[in-house]
Order: sequence, then structure tokens, then C-alpha cells
Amino acid sequence: MTVSRPAMAIYWTGSCGGCEVAFLNLDEALLGIGRDWELSFCPCLLDTKRADLEAMADGSIAVTLLNGCLRSGENLEMARLLRLKSRLLVAFGSCADGGGVPALANEASAAQLLSRICDTAADAVPGQRGDDGTFSPELPAPSPLLPRVHAVAELVDVDYVIPGCPPEPDRLLDAIRTLGMSPLPPRGTVLGCTSRSVCDDCPREKRNHRPQRLVRSCAIIPEEGWCLLEQGIACMGMATRGGCGALCPTVHAPCTGCYGTLDPDAVPVAASLSALSAAVLPDIPHPADDRTVRELYRAALSAVADPLGTLCRYDGARNLAGGTGQSGADRG
Amino acid sequence: MTEATVPHRYHPTTGTGGSRPLRVVVFLCTWCSFSAADKAGTKRLPVPAELSVIRVACSGRVEPTLVLEAFRQGADGVMVMGCHPGDCHYQSGNLQAQCRAVLLDRLLPQLGIDAARFRFHYVASTEADRYHHLTTEFVQSLYEFDTGAS
Repeated sequence: MTVSRPAMAIYWTGSCGGCEVAFLNLDEALLGIGRDWELSFCPCLLDTKRADLEAMADGSIAVTLLNGCLRSGENLEMARLLRLKSRLLVAFGSCADGGGVPALANEASAAQLLSRICDTAADAVPGQRGDDGTFSPELPAPSPLLPRVHAVAELVDVDYVIPGCPPEPDRLLDAIRTLGMSPLPPRGTVLGCTSRSVCDDCPREKRNHRPQRLVRSCAIIPEEGWCLLEQGIACMGMATRGGCGALCPTVHAPCTGCYGTLDPDAVPVAASLSALSAAVLPDIPHPADDRTVRELYRAALSAVADPLGTLCRYDGARNLAGGTGQSGADRG
Repeated sequence: MTEATVPHRYHPTTGTGGSRPLRVVVFLCTWCSFSAADKAGTKRLPVPAELSVIRVACSGRVEPTLVLEAFRQGADGVMVMGCHPGDCHYQSGNLQAQCRAVLLDRLLPQLGIDAARFRFHYVASTEADRYHHLTTEFVQSLYEFDTGAS
């Protein structure tokens, strides 16, 4: 007797494919997933096309893991189509959750990006730009770019979020099991992470020390077993949701914040900025005038070469979204 | 201090109205700059009507989220004022605020906001004149932004 299994779909919009690799890294657990779920649409792993998805009945997919940001019109069309066909839509990975690394492009407008790629970049080829403002056929883009990079939840209803760049396979497996059980967690729950910070899982010791200045992580060899931030490396673990098991700090690499901002109410970049500011304490003479203090802090923070990329590498779509309805680059 | 909800009438350079009323959010530490603002009032020093003053316990209380949220909701400029170094009622809140301001100065352009729209200043409770000058000059500079002059 064949028992019908719930259907699962995995699809990528604007992403690198690392989330699919994270899924494949489930290794032998994939056999269990194959037993419990029917993978009905996944262009990365199966020969399934958009037409196959369109042919499915609305709501016929139990769970869709959608990874990637929404950068192009095609991304948005596919996200809407998957929403229509799925009973549960999960924003899977950092790009779907907060825009991810692609959302750093929100620093510039779509027109500026195209101009840079097609006209001013060192390797730009004259004539690449098409008449309609998109790329020409020699450098095809599937559709015109949206004005800015969006997280999936900004434009399509999302039921759950699984953060991470990429999500850790163990946590992903937990999340998939949760999605297959009843009752489901409340809508909007962030799955596959903890409510505590990365520091909570980090094996490095805190010694209640505040560095006088930050240093770039390439400039020093950190001491074994001692908190990277206390050594002056801009590690974002204290402002980041845990769940990864502190993989990066364990191997001397500072946390870059891929599991998303710990404080759900804060503007993501601001939460990290607060946390990082609290960690630095230059040697301020007493008395000191205003200018001296400012210059001391400037020097202490000069190692943060790219504030946005350091403080908010993965949540860029959410920083100033909404409100004015303007993309960042459009403001004076 | 009043909310800047009155229709725009004030232009610090020309005395005429601008294209639209500007909205400037000012976070004042209750121990220093708020007293300075109060004294500016009793000394009859003119202060721009565009200011929306928010009184906080310490400039270190002003998380960057508040600054960015003000911009998100349409503020044309944001000022934070705290006690001079060494004068903080809570020892180091004003230094924290300075540290954040230094990072914010560099972050705002990356978010598409001109760094000149954000200011952090130290203003003691006796410095009513300084409060008057700083706020007037800031609002004036924002009007020049608005009209494309400068």
C-alpha cells in the first residue's frame, strides 16, 4: 500500500545555491526526508521546470523552502507562484530572510548598478546595455531588476523563517521535522535557531576587557580561547541569533551575523552598531575636549572599513524599508 | 519647547517660508542640553520651530535604532546632544553616544542618507547660546539641502 507523502518544494531566487548545498549536507538524513516527503519541485536537484509548477493545483505543495532574495521581476513572479501553490512558504536562508549579501547592493540604485556593470567597470564591454535599460542579449538578465533588493517577506506572505548563510544542516533537519508535525508552531516563528546570541554557544572566554581600538581580522593572529571581540576583532556574535553552534568564532573567524539580528524590534544595523560601540573603550585623558574625544573614537573605529558590511551583512533589505517608500539611494 | 507641528513659517536665513516644513528630531539629555534648551527659552533666544524635542535620560540612551527610525519616518535631520566629556551623570553614557555617532556618520551615507543630516554635539546646561547657535545653524543647513543650494 502506498501512503501519499506531503509534497515539498525547494527553489532559489536571488541566491548562490549554498542553501541547496546545506540541504544536501543532510547526508543520510535525506533518506528519512525522502521517506516522509515527496520532493515535487526543485530545479537544482530534479528535472522540474516552471511549467510543471504551473500545472500543479493551488495549495498542493505542503511546504516550500524558498531561498534567495527578490532582485528581479522573475524572482518576484516565482515567489508569488510558489506562494499560490504552497500551503506553507518558508523563507529559507539569510537572503530570503533579510536580503542577505545581495542586499548590500541596496547601497546603490538599480540604475547605478547597471551603469557600473555595463559602462564604468574596468571589465565593462561597450554595448552590453540593452535599449530597455536592462542587459543586452550577450549578458542576459531574466527580467528587469526591481528598484532594490527585497527580503521575501516584504513582497510575499511568508509563514516561517529559517535563517543562516547557509542554515546549519542539523538545525535545518530539526526545522523540517517541525514543519512535518502537528500542531505547527505559531505563524512567523523563526525556526532552526535559538533565542540567545552566538556568544552563548561560543567556547571562547570573556575576560571583561574592552579593547582600546578595533583591528582588522587579517591584522592579528588572535589568542586561542579568548573572545575575539575583546581582542579587538569586530565579531558580531553578541548581536546575532544563535543556532549555528558558533562555528566561525571557534575557528578564529569573527561572526558576520548570518543568523540575523537577535533583537527583533531593532533596525538590524542599529542593533549591531550599539553592540559594537559598547565593546570599544579608547584611553580618554581627563579632562578631554570634545574634539579630542571624537578623534580618539574615530581612530579606535577606523578598522571598520565598511560599516554596513560589517554591522549588517545579511539584513540589508530591512534597514530602512517601508515608511518613506524610497530606496536608500534615492534619499538626499 | 513645543512640538514642531505648527505650519512652517520660519526660515532662518531669509525669514520666508520654505517649500515644505522641515522636521528635525532632537534628542536632548535631561541633565545638560535639555536644561540648555530650557534656558534658551527663558533668555528669549530664538530656536527653530522645526525641532521636535525628545527628552532622554542620557545621550547614551539614544540607540541608533531611534535615529534610523526617525529618518525612516521622514525626519529631515536628527540631532543628539549630551554632556561634555567628564560630565556624564552616568559616567560614560556621553562617550557611548560619541562612539555611536562616529560610526553612524560613516554608516548613514551607505544607507543613502547624507551624513550632514545627523549631528552629535556636547552642550552643557549653561550653554543656552550654544544650543541656539547649533540648532539654528543645523536647520539652516537643512534648508539649503532642501533647495539644492549650499
